[in-house]
Amino acid sequence: MTKLLETQDLKAFYGDFQALFGVDIAVDEGETVAIIGANGAGKSTLLRSLTGLHPVPGQSIGFCGTAISGLAANRIHQLGLAMVPEGRRLFPSLSVEENLKIGASGRRKGPWSLDEVYRLFPALLERKRHGGSELSGGQQQMVAIGRALMSNPKLLLCDELSLGLAPKIVREIYAAVPLIRERGTSLVVIEQDIAQALKVADRVYCLQEGRVSLEGEPADLTRDEIAKAYLGTEEAA
Amino acid sequence: MEMINVILQGVLLGGLYALFAAGLSLMFGVMRFINIAHGDFIVVAAYLMLVAVLFLGLNPIIGILLVVVLMAAVGYAGQRILLNRVLDDDILPPVLVTFGLSIIIQNSLLETFSADSQRVPASGFDTASLSLSGDLAVGLLPLAMFLAAIGVIGVLQFVFYNTALGRLLRATSDDPEIVPLMGANNGHVFALATAIASGVVAIAGTMLAMKTNFDPTIGPSRLLFAFEAVIIGGMGNIWGTLAGGIILGVAQAIGAQIDAGYQILAGHLAFLAVLIVRPSGLFAKAKG
Repeated sequence: MTKLLETQDLKAFYGDFQALFGVDIAVDEGETVAIIGANGAGKSTLLRSLTGLHPVPGQSIGFCGTAISGLAANRIHQLGLAMVPEGRRLFPSLSVEENLKIGASGRRKGPWSLDEVYRLFPALLERKRHGGSELSGGQQQMVAIGRALMSNPKLLLCDELSLGLAPKIVREIYAAVPLIRERGTSLVVIEQDIAQALKVADRVYCLQEGRVSLEGEPADLTRDEIAKAYLGTEEAA
Repeated sequence: MEMINVILQGVLLGGLYALFAAGLSLMFGVMRFINIAHGDFIVVAAYLMLVAVLFLGLNPIIGILLVVVLMAAVGYAGQRILLNRVLDDDILPPVLVTFGLSIIIQNSLLETFSADSQRVPASGFDTASLSLSGDLAVGLLPLAMFLAAIGVIGVLQFVFYNTALGRLLRATSDDPEIVPLMGANNGHVFALATAIASGVVAIAGTMLAMKTNFDPTIGPSRLLFAFEAVIIGGMGNIWGTLAGGIILGVAQAIGAQIDAGYQILAGHLAFLAVLIVRPSGLFAKAKG
């Protein structure tokens, strides 16, 4: 399999504060990778670094064989890397359909279109003229996913899809993941809901204090290993 | 009958104020950018019109088009090269930079065109009038200004709500950090907003040049009228800006009717009254 995304010794800083200490992760084509970790482990910083929202030093991020660290976020997006941001971040003054259309601003060729997004999430079609704030949390998450898909990304980064949603809704949202993969988009899913993450992922990375503390396939990992990697040695002991 | 006439003149004057205000409102709406040099940009457009019509001998309509294109291009470049550098969460740097620009513009105009007041001849158009009934008459130029204001605001409204560019501008107004994740370049979107705003400023300035005398120092008071119109109408509502301009214009016309010295004061009093009664403006959109 060919590498779609690869980071080598990725470091990220907020002023003097270092948030990531040499993170190495890789995503193959067609793969779904979950990144788990406690609050403050560096998950969101990692995603923000990958998308170019948070500039990182050096040549530490490669996407489709191109070094993308240092590129502007819109350039990275045009190369085929889209994100569903934490908290959805819909544009409140745009309708559902406008939110979806704006996702296609830097559109690449591919299977996703307005019709396809409505087929994936039929609830949105009935509400296409509604404002984002008139939707339920789950529907807002659907719009955020659809908006990212509209650019036909090679890789979709999802930050906390389950945050603030009822378990039933979370299952509905995650039911879309295999359908997205079928269309040739790889996924990176950041989750605090570990059970959900392990269910959809081919591979899991656990972050702890800005470092990768565990890597493996869900079937090969034991609960203890995950707890130790997630919480740190002292707490687990 | 005289009062109706006064109000009618005020309404038409309000069109010009709405033109002053629309560009300011657009830049603030899209990028929370307060342009202290806005009034001076209007005066620059007036001087460009002077050069086009008086020195180059162009037809006023051609002059307006030329100034609009030129100002839009300069607006785009200025935003990308200079103003984008000071755009941040902090509102103070743009205020300081545009305050500096205001001083630079005023002094450059003074150096180039002297302090003499100027006016662009509109080949009789500025004195022609249309008789409505009895003593009631409206000047063709004020009428044209008012129609231009409605036209400009109508076009802005259409662009904002029916085009991909408008979608991008509204999205940028909502959440500029996320816009690059849609594949759009923020710097370019900001510059497009300034280009549109500068085009509107150009229309306002060229109208001003034909309507009244101007000199290099009148920018700041035009900025004040623009602010007042925007705030009376309510932030974020472009038709509200037209209403704000009209209210300001009518208040000034009534003030002038009482005593010539009361014209400007009456406008400020109307503004103050709106601030007391509805601080967010008469037609402010509820944030949702």
